[in-house]
Amino acid sequence: MIRVALVREWQVLLRAKGAVINPLAFLLLTTTLFVIAAPDAITSGTDGPAEVAPGILWTLVLLTQLLALDGMYRRDFDSGVLEQSLVSAQVPFVTVLIRIFMQWLSTGFIMAMLAPILGWILGLSTQALPATALALLLGTPALSLLGSVGASVTVGFNRGGVILALLVLPLFLPTLVFGADMVMAAQVGRSVMPQVYALSLISLVALALAPFAALAGLKISLEMQ
Amino acid sequence: MTVQPLLDVNALSCERGGRRLFSPISLSVFPGDYVELVGANGSGKSTLLRTLAGLHSQFAGEYRSKDALYQGHRLGLDGLLTPLENLAWLAGLEDHTLDHDITLNALDRAGVLTKAYSPCSAMSAGQQRRVAMARWLLSSRKLWLLDEPLTALDASAQDLLRYVIAEHCATGGAVICATHHAIAIDGKSELRLDTSIAEGR
Repeated sequence: MIRVALVREWQVLLRAKGAVINPLAFLLLTTTLFVIAAPDAITSGTDGPAEVAPGILWTLVLLTQLLALDGMYRRDFDSGVLEQSLVSAQVPFVTVLIRIFMQWLSTGFIMAMLAPILGWILGLSTQALPATALALLLGTPALSLLGSVGASVTVGFNRGGVILALLVLPLFLPTLVFGADMVMAAQVGRSVMPQVYALSLISLVALALAPFAALAGLKISLEMQ
Repeated sequence: MTVQPLLDVNALSCERGGRRLFSPISLSVFPGDYVELVGANGSGKSTLLRTLAGLHSQFAGEYRSKDALYQGHRLGLDGLLTPLENLAWLAGLEDHTLDHDITLNALDRAGVLTKAYSPCSAMSAGQQRRVAMARWLLSSRKLWLLDEPLTALDASAQDLLRYVIAEHCATGGAVICATHHAIAIDGKSELRLDTSIAEGR
């Protein structure tokens, strides 16, 4: 069952490339916009990048994730695929877990791979770029996991995007704080280990709790309509 | 040897937003039974089927059922995938893998063999319904819960539906079907949802 669920997710991913590319294009565009709009604050001077770039980068990552999360369950909900996986699957939990994993793979993971480029656009020093990628790699699973809970309860709403943002942005705060702090630490040459532990902890706690909450949220959404 | 019922319903009535939809019903469904669920719009037919499928938890009374195949208004077919891929996934949910030829055979019986390799989103509503019917043929579930299966079906597909249901009942399965158009099946029973309890308030 795990295999067929993975196969389906993979097939869908390959055929709906827009769902992957659009958020990433948004991220690259907004990052570039920041550089264009405030070139002095970001690229000039020695203190500039270290002051604002980590915060900007992580905020944009959060917003990109939010953009992708809105559609996380919508297609499956509208087509009835979701209710079939709850009715027929031996373990519906597994399908939810796989959905979250694929959501992370198509957003968080790719954003982590792009992190050095984004960091470079924002004028981060070369020594900070590996840590930027690592911060995103450790932090984005929490975004996908926590975000999936918000997506699961708003999937039944026609325009759930705004409510989704209000629900999950507060949950994203710890990741944002430690993630931006980790990039900052790398930029100024401090140890990043405390932030590595913190981000890992947040993601692991989210992994332990969020899938159950998302499954419950999906059941509620299916019951409401 | 006594035959075990596939579904046992005891004084069940569904609720929506705290409002009871119909008077409590009791029934047992045995292999070979075809039960037609009738009632006006809004009488709770869909909600009853969703309850029996485990998708609706606001109800009073109790029911016991074996694993069921539920076919709602939304078919459960991913528009991006082909019928073959959709059927493989749906079978995977029940933890069995499909033989390629058997799947093609089911699609052939449902009259959509020529569409086997094109995405479901490119098919008409009726054709998608036919793919869903192919899925019933491939399922190992004994109890089918069908919600308005006649929607969007042409005359030949309606004949096929009748035949598929009759065949399923003849081979030890059972079907509960919510519909506004009676389906001619031998030995069918009718379950009418009584909404007077809800309207009385």
